[in-house]
Amino acid sequence: MSNVKIFSNGILKENPVFVLLLGMCPALGTTSSAVNGMGMGLATTFVLLCSNMAVSSIKNLIPDQVRIPAYIVVIATFVTVVQMCMEAFIPSLYASLGLFIPLIVVNCIVLGRAEAFAAKNKLIPSASDGLGIGLGFTFALTLLGATRELFGTGKLFGLHLFPEKFGSLIFVLAPGAFIALGYLIAIVDKLRKA
Amino acid sequence: MAKLKSTLPNMLLSLTVICISAGAILAGVNMYTSGPITEAKAAALQRAITQVTPDFDNDPTADVYKSVTSDGDSLLIYPAIKDGETVGVAVESNTKNGFSGEIKVIVGFAPDGTLINYSILEHAETPGLGSKMEEWFRTDKNNQSVIGRSLADGNLTVSKDGGEIDAITASTITSRAFLNAINRAYSAYKGTDGSTGATGSY
Repeated sequence: MSNVKIFSNGILKENPVFVLLLGMCPALGTTSSAVNGMGMGLATTFVLLCSNMAVSSIKNLIPDQVRIPAYIVVIATFVTVVQMCMEAFIPSLYASLGLFIPLIVVNCIVLGRAEAFAAKNKLIPSASDGLGIGLGFTFALTLLGATRELFGTGKLFGLHLFPEKFGSLIFVLAPGAFIALGYLIAIVDKLRKA
Repeated sequence: MAKLKSTLPNMLLSLTVICISAGAILAGVNMYTSGPITEAKAAALQRAITQVTPDFDNDPTADVYKSVTSDGDSLLIYPAIKDGETVGVAVESNTKNGFSGEIKVIVGFAPDGTLINYSILEHAETPGLGSKMEEWFRTDKNNQSVIGRSLADGNLTVSKDGGEIDAITASTITSRAFLNAINRAYSAYKGTDGSTGATGSY
């Protein structure tokens, strides 16, 4: 499989949220607005890219029996780097994503890609897999966040499209996340098979 | 290179090396970001103080002192001084009565107990309902606004509890919590008022 194919695979054909249904917790929890969804997606992309590359380059130095703790330490390191950088340079985004950033450590997508892909492949394919899956996750979260923001508050990326009173508050709250995600999965599924 | 076998020395060595390098990376990043993080926090606090007090020429964060509220908690008070005279104070207050978690606010009072302005520092209230408090209580509509009200006449309460302030629609709990934070701020400020002789920084 070529690197380009690996990369594009993660965005649509194996989109982590819409197709594999992984990482539901941050997908539902952080997407109350498009910007939040995108921030969370990009943070996860960075972690995925770095951890995939790191795991792939040190895979022969890790004995099989301790591979999971080793991967988790690698992932946790990059998550902490993201957290510290975000707190230092974009405090407003850090304030709204809050608890979800440290939780990237236990995001099953990140560990899943390290175990299922990076541990078996060379550096460059692992990097394109991490980037592809990460951007697919970002795309899904941004789309979900934009849908919820639009129907909930009438805004898109903070821009008013129609007055807030026509928005339905439920989309900003947790139940709306489930409803919006369900419909988005159905639409993406239809498009994918068409 | 062949994959390392899962023998005890190999596993120990591998995990030790990984953890040491992870620690080194984190120490490096921490050294690089700890400065900007402290600066960002200080700047946010400074902005909030400037927003809730009149013009001042001292450094309120340097003159900060602690004061005890009527319920035994202690809050930080930032005095705003101009030409040697106290023109107002910013009180960093909080409440645990919020709908979801703690609400942290900073409230500005004039020396006579009039509320000048407030700013929400931290909250986890429901987006679209309780989160409206950031604007609601300074919007000059019906009895919503708390700006310009004097707490010397007594605590602020929502109209549902017999008070004067209109609560946020569908968010009475958040409104009560917000007013609780403001009342606590005033009680801390009053506790150090010159007239009670309880001033003094420590």
